[in-house]
Amino acid sequence: MNQAISTLDAFLTHAHELEREAVERYEDLAEQMEVHNKPELAELFRKMAAIEQQHVDKVEGLAGGQPRTFAPWDYQWQTPESPESIPVGQGHYRMNPHQALSLVLACEERAEAFFANVAENTSDPAVRESALQFAAEEREHAELLKVWLARYPEPKADWWQDLDDPISQE
Amino acid sequence: MNKPESLVPRYSHKDYKSAVKPIWCPGCGHFGVESSLFRALAYLELPPERVAVVSGIGCSSRIPAYTQCYGFHGVHGRAPAVATGLKLARPELTVIVTSGDGDAFSIGGNHFIHACRRNVDMTLLVMDNEVYGMTKGQPSPTTPADWDSKIAPGGTGVNPFAPLAVALASGANFIARGFSGDPNGVAHLLVEAIQHPGFSFVQVLSPCITYRPEERFWKKTVHPSSVEPTRDPAVAGHRLLSDDGFTTGIFYLGNRPCYTATVDTSNHDLSAIEEDLAL
Ligand SMILES: Cc1ncc(C[n+]2csc(CCOP(=O)(O)OP(=O)(O)O)c2C)c(N)n1
Ligand code: SF4
Ligand SMILES: [Mg+2]
Repeated sequence: MNQAISTLDAFLTHAHELEREAVERYEDLAEQMEVHNKPELAELFRKMAAIEQQHVDKVEGLAGGQPRTFAPWDYQWQTPESPESIPVGQGHYRMNPHQALSLVLACEERAEAFFANVAENTSDPAVRESALQFAAEEREHAELLKVWLARYPEPKADWWQDLDDPISQE
Repeated sequence: MNKPESLVPRYSHKDYKSAVKPIWCPGCGHFGVESSLFRALAYLELPPERVAVVSGIGCSSRIPAYTQCYGFHGVHGRAPAVATGLKLARPELTVIVTSGDGDAFSIGGNHFIHACRRNVDMTLLVMDNEVYGMTKGQPSPTTPADWDSKIAPGGTGVNPFAPLAVALASGANFIARGFSGDPNGVAHLLVEAIQHPGFSFVQVLSPCITYRPEERFWKKTVHPSSVEPTRDPAVAGHRLLSDDGFTTGIFYLGNRPCYTATVDTSNHDLSAIEEDLAL
């Protein structure tokens, strides 16, 4: 895994796509929460999108512009999607802040693991240095999220049960 | 893949997204499919105004509203007929039909078969959640016989339809299956399907988390095909009929000639058609 990430150019391409997709997914989730009248969660996801956008900007700064792109299926992720995105299928219209923050925390942890793995496997010292820096930032975010998470109670086991389903008929 | 590596992409998937916010349930597999479709169109650098997305009715069929491409939200089950007419009249457009298992295989079963048979150059993308999501959870033709629900206690007891095998027998020229939890894999299948001449059929297993919450575990059930796609329909038929329904990948690449319009549509204006009808 990650053998292809042996140049700084390929590394920045991966880092950019990882952060860009995270922004996109958080924005999508914010929209979904607005549609389902969950303003608190919409705000959380918008905040996360803004934080990840700073990372996109940072990568673009390092790359001197927008890095080149690969075909979507040619990125060397260890997960079906880029690691910092909440996977399709994990959102729910009845989720509460605890669950939302748990999903966000898992994103930060996957991103950290991805960058740490790149650092461990690359032969290029510049890639290693950059990857370690990114991993450290993701770890910092994860620590902060753990503090936020502790403020919210865990949901009941049947949190997803709904007697009034959400879809209108056509 | 026959595409030069671009330094700065001409299109990103955002260029295909409209301002209409999807009303799908958060977590619905259809979000993943929509994102795959936009990734595929961006990869192929297809300008949104050169693509038409045609659908029937269902949660899955809402995609035309969510895209900047031309869209047609048609009649339940009849999207292939609309798309066929459109492609014959405007062959320069890339035509994609987005549908669901109810829309394509139940009310639209006959249209599905004959669209495969006609082999017009377009792509049918069926988001299969083995249920009627939009109308609140009725069993569909792909629902397992023993799926127990309030609406069908003990299950329907009726064997599910095998869409890929039916597509092969009916003459589809490209047959593949993907999983919405793997949007990049589905984008890859869609790129291949759009590029392949003739009628391409892509079934995407796309969980309905509201009426079939157990489908969340499909991510553990799906498995990639371990063999190369075949051009031999007999081999494809054998594979499809012995498959567990969860193998992803391309099953069949046919080489039948596409059906194209036999009349030059550009020379006809409405008055000529009116005259013809008056006879
Ligand atoms: C002529 C007609 N018959 C029935 C309906 C009711 N109806 C709306 S959507 C639907 C089923 C949709 O199921 P599917 O295609 O699987 O889409 P999903 O919602 O699961 O994505 C039905 C039966 C209708 N709209 N029009
Ligand atoms: S009812 Fe099912 S298919 Fe429809 S939007 Fe909700 S999860 Fe998706
Ligand atoms: Mg369905």
